[in-house]
Amino acid sequence: MAARLYIPGDSAACSVGADEVAAAIAAEAAARGISLTIVRNGSRGMFFLEPLVEIATPEGRIAYGPVTPADVKGLFDAGFLEGGPHPLGHGLTEEIPYLKNQERLTFARCGVIDPLSLDDFIAHGGYAGLQKALTLAPADVVAEVTASGLRGRGGAGFPTGIKWKTVLDAVSDQKYVCCNADEGDSGTFADRMLMEGDPYALIEGMTIAGMATGATKGFIYIRSEYPDAIRVMKQAIAMAEASGWLGGDIQGSGRSFDLAVRTGAGAYICGEETAMLESLEGRRGTVRPKPPIPALEGLFGKPTVINNVLSFAAVPTILERGAKFYADFGTGRSRGTLPFQLAGNIKRGGLVEKAFGVTLAELVYDFGGGTASGRPARAVQMGGPLGAYLPVSLFTLQQDYETFAENSAMVGHGGLVLFDDSVDMLEQARFAMEFCAIESCGKCTPCRIGSTRGVEVIDRIAAGIDRERNLNVLADLCETMTDGSLCAMGGLTPMPVMSALRHFPEDFEPRQTLDAAE
Amino acid sequence: MEVARRNASGMHPAERRLDEDALAKIDAITERHHNQPDALIEIYHEVQDAFGYIPEGALPRIARALNISRAEARGVFTFYHDFRAEPAGRHVVKICRAESCQAMGCRSLEAYAKQRLGIGLGETTSDGEITLEAVYCLGNCALSPAVMIDGRLYGKVDPDRFDALVENVKRRAAS
Ligand SMILES: Cc1cc2nc3c(=O)[nH]c(=O)nc-3n(C[C@H](O)[C@H](O)[C@H](O)COP(=O)(O)O)c2cc1C
Ligand code: SF4
Ligand code: FES
Repeated sequence: MAARLYIPGDSAACSVGADEVAAAIAAEAAARGISLTIVRNGSRGMFFLEPLVEIATPEGRIAYGPVTPADVKGLFDAGFLEGGPHPLGHGLTEEIPYLKNQERLTFARCGVIDPLSLDDFIAHGGYAGLQKALTLAPADVVAEVTASGLRGRGGAGFPTGIKWKTVLDAVSDQKYVCCNADEGDSGTFADRMLMEGDPYALIEGMTIAGMATGATKGFIYIRSEYPDAIRVMKQAIAMAEASGWLGGDIQGSGRSFDLAVRTGAGAYICGEETAMLESLEGRRGTVRPKPPIPALEGLFGKPTVINNVLSFAAVPTILERGAKFYADFGTGRSRGTLPFQLAGNIKRGGLVEKAFGVTLAELVYDFGGGTASGRPARAVQMGGPLGAYLPVSLFTLQQDYETFAENSAMVGHGGLVLFDDSVDMLEQARFAMEFCAIESCGKCTPCRIGSTRGVEVIDRIAAGIDRERNLNVLADLCETMTDGSLCAMGGLTPMPVMSALRHFPEDFEPRQTLDAAE
Repeated sequence: MEVARRNASGMHPAERRLDEDALAKIDAITERHHNQPDALIEIYHEVQDAFGYIPEGALPRIARALNISRAEARGVFTFYHDFRAEPAGRHVVKICRAESCQAMGCRSLEAYAKQRLGIGLGETTSDGEITLEAVYCLGNCALSPAVMIDGRLYGKVDPDRFDALVENVKRRAAS
């Protein structure tokens, strides 16, 4: 029997040479007259080991990585096709501590299956959640999601079930389901990984949302920076349609649900849900005032479910295994698991799905192995560009929405960016303002103008001009942005700025002129 | 002929600067989207894929087909960072400037790239080969710093790798 290999087609794995490794292995096998099958799976999320090559053996899959084309000959010589020992070998993939110590619910299949194979998907539990949902009344599906305690994984943490109930109860000739796959936050890549590695999971979650609320049409809004995710999602939708899992009369149930992909165009603000709706309607991505809430008047003015990729992808598990199973993970009012993303200056960067309650220190040190540079860690930015910078003394914080909020921080979309002691926190604060100025939709003055003023004030502080006065101006400015902004872009930009100032005041002492490169 | 003349009379001056072939291409794209205004962003993406940029004359043409105002068409065009009014170089190099990549030295990578290519962000080398652009996160934050070249993602890019990658795309195009 031909050997079966798995080499990720995930764009991050390919960004460090997975395609070249796959080609080198195929060529070497041909030269040796060995026949083998190479599956281009998603990534397991252990990016520090990518390109990760896995061999299927009777005992399970054996991992080698990170593999370069130059290693390929040696791997064949070492008998890697039978799982032979080699310096790049890690034994059974599932036994690698980084993976073994996770609680993978949403990402259980990612990196395991052939992403576009419906057979693989179904053989690994796919569509069991939808099949369950099809036997239930819509209100019962919503009740299950509510009971699971699932909260929006896109950042704001709003209870998903309550949102769905509002849409279910709304009376309308047409309702929509929109997936927010804009994933603009630095430090996050879970949405991308899931769409590339287990696209049917998202389709299943969105279809369940349609069944639960009476929506018959859905859109996935994917940022243009993700060409591979766009391609895979489009292919998966076409294949699901062709097999009767999307379209009219899903699997003979008499229920219908259609799905289409829409591409963003490089605007961070389009991740804000109402700006996303404007963009989906073909307009400038400016934020809409709320109310009306999108659940009542959303896309084209119709009741609309809007959720993040990870929120939808968590739902099939909840339906299949029950609300209680999911809710048994987690702590306090943060139930279930969150796919954390370890990024920045970190030795073992990747995706770590854990129940809420895990501490920053466990993520940074036990999973992440500390900094990549080997220098001492100094700060973490948690929750994307609008999230707080936290010092090492707060690495004891446990991950849940309330604990982070109490500490003027946020969990957000689960992205964690580690910085070593070479970081200049004033420069990070300045960038937060700069980013807000670049990406503001322009609707409110505090956000549009205040952010540019913020950059100037921070430059003056750096130059030691009127230090006390300018620190006060900065605090006032942040307060105005917090209070006077329509959405969290302007409203939360003060979070990284003020947290940097609060936790790292020494970096705001007078200094020489800023780096001219800025 | 009849149809062409009627269209020509209603044309905006910028549209007249486009040749028949270009106009036909634009019309085919809007028609493929059934002239639906909500498809405007998809339409711009496809026009940019076809031309390498969005020609001035495309805006009034698309506005008329979708039955929206020219101001609206222009407003959408200028809002999104992706859409360009001028042709880019043969290759587009996007450097990630966001936090995770900052933690891994993207500020110095950016400075290096600018100096090496002799251009700033948003500019094109004089030989028309490379356009350098900023991007804010490419979803490759576990392998920072990240760069995207012609839609392909690269991770752990240091100055040496940057040079090799740029040489590589130039060579690939030349062969
Ligand atoms: C500036 C800004 C950017 C946002 N970007 C995203 C994003 O990229 N992805 C996302 O899912 N939610 C994003 N959100 C949150 C959305 O507005 C919204 O809360 C979310 O899509 C709801 O889905 P959820 O309840 O499943 O999280 C952003 C919000 C703001 C204010
Ligand atoms: S806070 Fe900024 S991004 Fe949000 S609506 Fe106001 S101007 Fe737009
Ligand atoms: S911050 Fe650069 S790839 Fe995410």
